[in-house]
Amino acid sequence: MEVSSLPISASHRGKLISAGYSSLSSLSSVSPSKLAQDLKISENEVLEILKVVSARKWVDKIENRSHAIMNGAQTAWDILHEEESSICITTSCSDLDEILGGGIRCKEVTEIGGVPGIGKTQLGIQLAVNVQIPADYGGLGGKAIYIDTEGSFMVERASQIAEACAEDMLEYNSLLRKDSQACRVDKPPKAFMDNIFYFRICTYTEQIAVVNYLEKFINEHKDIKIVIIDSITFHFRQEFEDMALRTRLLSGMALKLMKLAKKFNLAVVLLNQVTTKYNEGSFQLTLALGDSWAHASTNRIILYWNGNERYAYIDKSPSMRSASAPYAVTSRGIRNSASNCKRVKLM
Amino acid sequence: MANKPISEMGLPKSIANVFAARNIITAKDALSLSEFELMELLDVGFEEVMLAVAHISEITCPPYHTAMSLLEQRNQNEYLAGHLPTRLKGLDAALCGGIPFGVVTELVGPAGIGKTQFCLKLALLASLPTSYGGLGGRVIYVDVESKFSSRRMIEMGFSSFPEIFHTEGLAQEMAGRVLVLRPASLLSFVDSLQQIRVSLLQHHVKLLIIDSMAALTSGEYGQGPPRHHPLGWHISFIKSLAECCRIPVVVTNQVRSQGRDEASRYIFQVQSRTDTMEDPSKFDSHFVAALGIHWAHAVSIRLVLESRSGQRLIKIAKSSISPSVGFFFNITSSGISLLSDEGVEMMGPEANTIHCQGLI
Repeated sequence: MEVSSLPISASHRGKLISAGYSSLSSLSSVSPSKLAQDLKISENEVLEILKVVSARKWVDKIENRSHAIMNGAQTAWDILHEEESSICITTSCSDLDEILGGGIRCKEVTEIGGVPGIGKTQLGIQLAVNVQIPADYGGLGGKAIYIDTEGSFMVERASQIAEACAEDMLEYNSLLRKDSQACRVDKPPKAFMDNIFYFRICTYTEQIAVVNYLEKFINEHKDIKIVIIDSITFHFRQEFEDMALRTRLLSGMALKLMKLAKKFNLAVVLLNQVTTKYNEGSFQLTLALGDSWAHASTNRIILYWNGNERYAYIDKSPSMRSASAPYAVTSRGIRNSASNCKRVKLM
Repeated sequence: MANKPISEMGLPKSIANVFAARNIITAKDALSLSEFELMELLDVGFEEVMLAVAHISEITCPPYHTAMSLLEQRNQNEYLAGHLPTRLKGLDAALCGGIPFGVVTELVGPAGIGKTQFCLKLALLASLPTSYGGLGGRVIYVDVESKFSSRRMIEMGFSSFPEIFHTEGLAQEMAGRVLVLRPASLLSFVDSLQQIRVSLLQHHVKLLIIDSMAALTSGEYGQGPPRHHPLGWHISFIKSLAECCRIPVVVTNQVRSQGRDEASRYIFQVQSRTDTMEDPSKFDSHFVAALGIHWAHAVSIRLVLESRSGQRLIKIAKSSISPSVGFFFNITSSGISLLSDEGVEMMGPEANTIHCQGLI
């Protein structure tokens, strides 16, 4: 392990290397006072450096779930076991759930994009409500964070969808569980609304700040199982003269969101807008933020109009094949499309 | 929040001084750099940088609300839970009360369809005293194309509320509440926006109407190549005005004819043979809204006014709380009146297309 890759300040690193300490092992046997003399810095600073060095060594030895062969690795069998026992967040439309392999998965970043009016915010609000479905009904029983960059979250609509969900749960209860009254979990619409944490973001700086702050927030409020950002594009589409900066900021944000998803075992849903791209002689619709952003998410779903119906298309997914499914936006939220041909169309 | 200086954030003295020494003054400067870049620039260890960035982020981040507390706030503090009724029963029912507060509502349609009439009626309704069902406040009407007619507005008032308007001096009081601005260019519009922001809360302004947004930008393309999003900053500003003052903002938009190169498909959508043979007659009678797709994403409610075989129709094309319905209407002396309160359901993307047949 080289000293040049230690996370300490550049001047300290420079001094260590010029004094001849280029590997960690050379630092393990030197006393702090000698090191302070060699580097010409105070003893306190030397102690800080040695603390970082020992932390790095310790981390190499202990990695949770470490394997005998390689630290920090997990076997594919263990991962499969984990995935099979994890619960997905339903979208309330069984066709859509089917092509998604059960619903929106935790530990993954899912990007959903479409033209204005297709139902992105509707899907976002539906997921914020559905994540709260208790475990007795096959849900996650978690809470939701809704980060609104455009002001498209309408509380009245969230209230409508929450009431419809509560009614559906009551109906399910009365139809299928007539005998086990003890399991009855009453979830009034008010409880749904209390568990959606809403942030209104007005600039891209606030957007970066809230993504940084989420780690602390989620540590304090347990049980958050979904983070929805509606939309991730809005503040990055204007006032950016420096495109390189935009790409850097976006990729930094994507990495942090992915880390959050994995660390806290929650789902991250990013809603995106569309733009036009000139491709092979004609203009075509594509999701905004460019080609480098397209790599940032784990799954990508595009919502589009096909004739008079709304369809969702899996554009990118490591485990599900490309397919489309129809869905409808009703007064109760996202539901199955009422048309006769409900077959899943494979592209 | 983004421009809050780091010196006021309560960071430990040593690191705050280092930030200042490297000319990183506001949160925006700090958060635009990645943690590694900050580490190199400030010459401090990684741990310290992480702690400082986490602290700055926490302070810059706006406070959260639960959805329940938002709902309670709206129900308690606002008129009709935050809606301005348009007095068109069918439309108000579909919009769950009326034009919502805090978001931008767009009216788009071909020339002469009735957008300005609708705006005049809304200005009238907002200036009515609360005892008569209005908002009882001032209205700022930004009239770009000089279409505002106070005579027509008062005529609408006399027609719709005869018993109120015949009271002495009420017409004058209400007309006195409507402030009309006539900016000559985008630049003067921007100046007046800044003024508007300051006066919004002080002077109890309850409605902002901009008629029309498209006219502001159409005159600006002489200088240099057209930028991709000429209205980018303005859209955000208007939305933030709507939200922080919790007022409805109504904006009108023009239409333009559909170009040959109009993108409407994704790369994975297979185009059938018949589609590629374009129907030239389609292009003349089909319009699309001006200002582009970025604007279309930015507005929250889009009402499309069009005419089909001489019948005028108002459709809800984009709204998060209403279904896609349309209502046939006429223009009468009292403004717009619906022919029937039962809406016609709009299937699919039809709600977004704009026809102009038989109007002329």
